[in-house]
Amino acid sequence: MSAVRATGSAEPLRLLAPDGTVAAGQATALDDAQLLDAWRAMLQSRAVDERFFSLQRQGRLGTFSPVAGEEAAVVGSAWALDPARDWVVPQYRELPAMLRQGYTLARAVRYFRGDPAGNLMEPGVNLLPYQISLAAQIPHAVGLAWGLRHQGSDGVVCVYFGDGASSEGDAHEALNLAGVRRAPVVFVLKNNGWAISTPVRRQTAAASFAARAEGYGMPGELVDGNDLLAMHDACTRAVARARAGDGPTLIEARTYRMGPHNTSDDPTRYVDAAELEERRAADPVLRLRRHLTARGLVDAASEAELTARLKAEVDAAVAEAEAVPPPGPEAMFDHVYADAPGRMLGQRAAATGEGG
Amino acid sequence: MAVMTMVEAIRASLAAELERDERVLVLGQDVGVNGGVFRATEGLQERFGADRVVDMPLAEAVIVGSAVGLACSGLIPVAELQFLGFGSQAFHQIEGQVARMRFRSAGRYGMPMVIRAPFGGNVRTPELHSDAHEAKYAGAPGLKVVMPATAHDAKGLLTAALRDPDPVLFCEPLRGYRLIKDEVPDGDYSVPLGRARTVREGDDVVIVAYSAAVVIAEKAAERAAAEGYSVGVLDLRSLVPLDTDALREAVARAGRAIVLHEAPLTAGFGAELVATIQEEAFWSLEAPIGRVAAYDTPYPPGAVEELYVPSVERVLAAVRDVLEA
Ligand SMILES: Cc1ncc(C[n+]2csc(CCOP(=O)(O)OP(=O)(O)O)c2C)c(N)n1
Repeated sequence: MSAVRATGSAEPLRLLAPDGTVAAGQATALDDAQLLDAWRAMLQSRAVDERFFSLQRQGRLGTFSPVAGEEAAVVGSAWALDPARDWVVPQYRELPAMLRQGYTLARAVRYFRGDPAGNLMEPGVNLLPYQISLAAQIPHAVGLAWGLRHQGSDGVVCVYFGDGASSEGDAHEALNLAGVRRAPVVFVLKNNGWAISTPVRRQTAAASFAARAEGYGMPGELVDGNDLLAMHDACTRAVARARAGDGPTLIEARTYRMGPHNTSDDPTRYVDAAELEERRAADPVLRLRRHLTARGLVDAASEAELTARLKAEVDAAVAEAEAVPPPGPEAMFDHVYADAPGRMLGQRAAATGEGG
Repeated sequence: MAVMTMVEAIRASLAAELERDERVLVLGQDVGVNGGVFRATEGLQERFGADRVVDMPLAEAVIVGSAVGLACSGLIPVAELQFLGFGSQAFHQIEGQVARMRFRSAGRYGMPMVIRAPFGGNVRTPELHSDAHEAKYAGAPGLKVVMPATAHDAKGLLTAALRDPDPVLFCEPLRGYRLIKDEVPDGDYSVPLGRARTVREGDDVVIVAYSAAVVIAEKAAERAAAEGYSVGVLDLRSLVPLDTDALREAVARAGRAIVLHEAPLTAGFGAELVATIQEEAFWSLEAPIGRVAAYDTPYPPGAVEELYVPSVERVLAAVRDVLEA
């Protein structure tokens, strides 16, 4: 494994060329089984995006933000973690990483159906809930990592946030604290080009986000976020450093949001069609497919078979979630307090018709 | 006169003021090229240029904080918070700086600015997009808090807010953006801040509300009328300044009152209203004042939000309670 590259390197780390070839002399740390598992996760994510989108259009699901285009960035980083001891702190566009930690698809469906129980990460699953308040999760990740270390764990925390979220004060404050405390955090800043309609050049005048790391006293690395192998390599090194007590790393995954921001967004209002066309050609799924095909690990028939199985899994998860009775009024009151004030309990009784 | 939706009325007011006064500047997330996620600023950047309708980095504190500096420089910023729930990220700027700047500069720097923010429920948005946080802003002396319930008022009140020497938080009801439609006069007009609107007169009970809750109050009043009750509705239009005269008169006439809002009960603005009514109209009261609010829980996800936001039924139940007390 190569050492940490110079902070602020202008060219993104790339191990997998767009044509699917691996540069000479670059070994891949992922073995065949791991590669196929990552491939499965990326295709699963596509299948989820498509199904959730159509469910939303049918009124069976609420607002949903597709992952399309960012699969390699999410899967490459998450597959560098050990879910038994490492943690993921998500924003909202990292479902594959959440699933790897142990969250289930059926629960995700419940979340997007607006069921409060959908945001339950089962005990033992090293995962914080979805974060909607942008950047608010980044300080949590630092505290979580600090707390793990304080209690003698060698667990590492991987936190995801967008180029948009990086502009929030919370992002700056958290990165600064992580540097000061040498907290075992891998910051994965997914630069997908857009924050809704706002292009990256309106978030920052700098050429890279990775270069910010220097100001926080930590290494930063710019990575081709559509390259599964490069993402995995950079994150594996960052995890190893964090685990060894050498502190945090900021990784900028340069990727692209190929779909709309979410189900209510219309990107044709602000995305240039030519740009989108160009970026679609850099689709991380296409790139990995070329690589795996050349390696003889997948072919059209195996992919079709896998896709069919993944779609059936998504359908089964949807059916499981839809079979759960809709939450009743008690769902508003459960888990607000451990020891609820009497006034709220009175409201609960009135709302559920249980006297009061 | 033309029938407009509330979002069209807001856009019309912004366009007219940008046209009339070159000191006006619009800034926020996605307000320019995209025209705002709810299209409130649609077409404004094309018309007035990217120097006056500005797409900002994703950071509420600097959107509002830089607006403070813009105002000090002599401009009139209109800062958009994409959702009132994310005003919390700018709360120290709004409460600690915007609201207090005139006072802390001993009068030198007024803050002629408007902070626009959509809020309110039953549109199935993700977490923190619907929260009704108006009371915490009403508790920030120096700031005015305006909450229109009609398209007519949205335009007239926004115009007044833009011409007001003090900072105004202008809260726009999400579910009213397109659902609320009414006649809006052509041309220039404004609705003065701090003057409530009598939506309907009532002799038995008056429902005091603001923003989209006024629509709920009206429906409840109609239903109660069918049961033979005369129920009035008072639309406050602004929480600060509060029209205590209108409040006193409406309660004096009906003798009974219900306060209604979408925010949780505890420490909601309804508590302020009940206290004010008891100060202003205690001797007219024939029954304890009713309060209809959301529950004392976080705003819940979509599958249960309809149970959370006060409904016509809950208001009607309160009407009956108050009348039978
Ligand atoms: C604090 C806060 N402000 C505004 C929003 C509204 N909003 C939701 S997503 C979004 C853009 C996020 O962009 P980015 O962080 O780059 O992530 P992406 O959606 O591109 O993955 C905005 C402005 C929010 N959710 N939270």
